[in-house]
Amino acid sequence: MTEFDSASMHSPKAPLWSRLPVVHQLRQSVGLQRGMLVAGLVITGIFILTAIFAPLLAPYGYSQLRGDDGPFGAQQEPGGDHLFGTTAGGYDVLSRVIWGSQTAIIVMVIAVVLSIFAGVALGLVSGYFGGWLDRVLVVICDAVYAFPSLLLAIVMGIVLSGGQSSLFYGILAAAISITVVFIPQYFRVIRAETVRIKAEAYVESARVLGASNGRIMFRHVLRNATRTLPLIFTLNASEALLTLAGLGFIGFGIEPSSAAEWGYDLNKAISDVTSGIWWTSLFPGLAIVLVVLGVTLVGESLNDLADPRLRSRRAPGKTSAAPVAPAPVREPAGRIEPSGIYGSISAPRVRPDGLESTS
Amino acid sequence: MSTVAVKPPVPARASKKKTGQGGGIGRYLLVRFLLIFPTIFILVSMVFWLMRTTGDPITAALGGRLGPDQLAERVHAAGYDRPILVQYFEYLGQVLTGNFGTTISTNRPVTEVLLTYGSATAELVFYALIVAFIVGIPLGLVAAYWRDKAPDAVLRVLAILWYATPVFFAGLLLKLVFSVWLKVLPVAGRATTGSELQMQLLPNKTGIYLIDALQIGDPAVVQDVLLHAVLPALALGLLTAGVFLRLVRTNVIGTLGTDYVDAARSRGVHEFRLVSKHAYRPALIPIITVIGLQIALLLGGAVLTETVFEWKGLGFQLIEFIKARDFVAVQGIVALLAVIVALSNFIVDIIAALIDPRVRY
Repeated sequence: MTEFDSASMHSPKAPLWSRLPVVHQLRQSVGLQRGMLVAGLVITGIFILTAIFAPLLAPYGYSQLRGDDGPFGAQQEPGGDHLFGTTAGGYDVLSRVIWGSQTAIIVMVIAVVLSIFAGVALGLVSGYFGGWLDRVLVVICDAVYAFPSLLLAIVMGIVLSGGQSSLFYGILAAAISITVVFIPQYFRVIRAETVRIKAEAYVESARVLGASNGRIMFRHVLRNATRTLPLIFTLNASEALLTLAGLGFIGFGIEPSSAAEWGYDLNKAISDVTSGIWWTSLFPGLAIVLVVLGVTLVGESLNDLADPRLRSRRAPGKTSAAPVAPAPVREPAGRIEPSGIYGSISAPRVRPDGLESTS
Repeated sequence: MSTVAVKPPVPARASKKKTGQGGGIGRYLLVRFLLIFPTIFILVSMVFWLMRTTGDPITAALGGRLGPDQLAERVHAAGYDRPILVQYFEYLGQVLTGNFGTTISTNRPVTEVLLTYGSATAELVFYALIVAFIVGIPLGLVAAYWRDKAPDAVLRVLAILWYATPVFFAGLLLKLVFSVWLKVLPVAGRATTGSELQMQLLPNKTGIYLIDALQIGDPAVVQDVLLHAVLPALALGLLTAGVFLRLVRTNVIGTLGTDYVDAARSRGVHEFRLVSKHAYRPALIPIITVIGLQIALLLGGAVLTETVFEWKGLGFQLIEFIKARDFVAVQGIVALLAVIVALSNFIVDIIAALIDPRVRY
C-alpha cells in the first residue's frame, strides 16, 4: 500500500488483523472489486482444502486401476462408481483431478518461493551496488525475460529430469524449470525499488551513522522494497500452474504412477476428444481453469486496490462506518511508484507487464 | 501524431535511465540495435550450456540403441569428444553463419527444418494476432469507457477467464464443440491431403498455405486452408485478446481522465471519437510495447496450440524432436526462436520510439 492510503485509512492503532495484507484490502474494497476478491479467496480456499484433504476426498488412488470388483475399465462414461468416468488408461478421472490439486500446490509453492529468494537477492545486490555487475545482470535478466518461458522451462526440464520421472524429480524439475522463468520478474521489481529507495534520505542517514552495507540492504532497503511482492506472488502462482500444465501437456509430465498432474491427463485426452469422449479432458481442464481463476482474481484485485488510478471508490452517499479517505487526487502527481503491474506509459519495461501466461 | 503530455513529468524516469541528455533518434536506435547482440549471445550460450549438461547429443539420442563402441565412434565422428570450450566456440561461429547443425533423428540440416516448419508457425501466429486485435482492442475500449459498469464487469471476468484457460484446453474444447459435435470445422491439420498435394506441386511454394492456396487460385483450396486455420487461430488469439483487453482498458482509463480529454469533451467532441481517438491514441504506446512481449508468449502458446491441432509447425516439430531426444534440433529451434524474439523486441522499440518522442531516453 502507498503511504498515502495507510495514513488516511487507518489511525496508527488500527487492530492488527485489519492491517494484515489481504484483510486490509478486503475492508478497503467495494462493489465489483470486493466481489472479485471474495470470489477469488473462496476458490483459492477450496483449492487449498482439496489439496490438503485429497486422501480423504478422492474415492480412489491416483494410480489405482482396479477396485474391489475387478479393473475399472477404460473410457467408462461418467456415472455409477466413477462420477467423472475413467480415462483411456483406466484411471478414475475424479480421483486424478482431486489428487492433481496436491501436485499443483506443491509445484506452485516451491516455484514461487525459490524464485522469490533468488530474484530478491539478485535484485537487491544488483540495484544496491550498481556498476558493471548490475548492467550484466540486467542484460541477462532482460534476455531471459524476453524468451518464451515455456521453451525455457522445456530446456530446464530436459536438463533437470534427464529422463527421470519419479515423483520427487518430476515435481522438483517442474518447479525449478518454472523458477528460472520467474527470477527475472522479481529481479526487475526489486531492483527498480532498490534503486529508488537507495536515494532516499533515510538510507543516506543510515550510511552517515556508519551502518554496514549488509545492514542497510536488509534493514532499510529490503523492508521497503517488498510491498509489491504479494501482487507478483499471486500472479506468478497462477502462471506457475499454467506452466506446469503446459509442461505436462507436451510430455514433461510426471508419470501417472508417481503423481496426478492435470496437464499430463489433458495430453492423454487429445485423442479421446476426436472420438467424442469429453470427460477425460473437460474435468482436468476445468480444474486448471478454476485454480488459475481463483488465484488470479485475488492477485488482480490486490493489484487494482494498490493502484489509486484503478481502485473503485465508495460513492459519496454510501459511506460505511469506517472513515473514508477523502477522494484522492486523480493523478497522484508526486507518486514515484511507476505503476501497477501493467507498466505505464513512462516506464513500460520496469514491471512485468500484466498477466503473461506461458500457455 | 501528436502525443500531448499524458502525465505530469515523471521524476522516477530520469533517475533510472541516464544515458545521455536527450540524444537523437538515431543514437537511440543504434543503442537498441547493439543491444540485440548480447541478448542473442546470452540466450544462445545459455541454451548451449544447459543442453550440454545432459551429455553429448549423440549419447542422449542413441544411448540405448547402440553398443558402447559404435557410440564412441559416432561421438568421435561428430566431434563431441573434443573439449567443450572448443565445441562452444565452434557452435557460436556456426550460429553466426546461420548453420544450426544437423538433426540426429532425421539427418537434415536444422536450418532446413526451421525454414520448412517456421512458415507454418509464422502463419499461425499471424492469424492469432489478427484475432487478438479484432477482439481485444475494441472490447478494451468498451470496458474502459463503461468503467465499473456492467459491460466492464462482464468483460473483465471474461478476460480473466480467457487468461485462466490454458490454450491447449481451450483448443480441446473448441475442437470438441465445433469439430466433433457440430462437425462444421476440420479436426486437425493445416489442410486436407488433396489441397496439400496441390500445394506441394507449386513451383515456388512459400510454405505459408494461404499464399500458396491463392497462387493455385482455386477457391475451394483457399476455403479449405482458411477453415483449417479457424480453430487454432481462435484458441491462440483469444488467449492474447484477453491480455490486449486488459492492457487497453488500463491505459485508456488513464488517458480518459486527462485534462485534454475533458477539454475535448467540453468542445463537444463526440463520445465515440473521444474514446477511439483522443484517449486511445496516447494509450497505444504501452500497448505496442507489450505486443513485443506478446510475441514471446505467442510463440510459447504456438507450441501448445500446434500440438493440439497437429499444426505441423516449429512447435509441433519441437515436441517430436524432444520425444526423439534429438537435442541438436531442439537447440537449433530454441536458438532461432531466441533470435526472432530479440528482433521483434527491437522492431517494437523502434515503432514505440517513432510514435512517442519521450521513449527515446
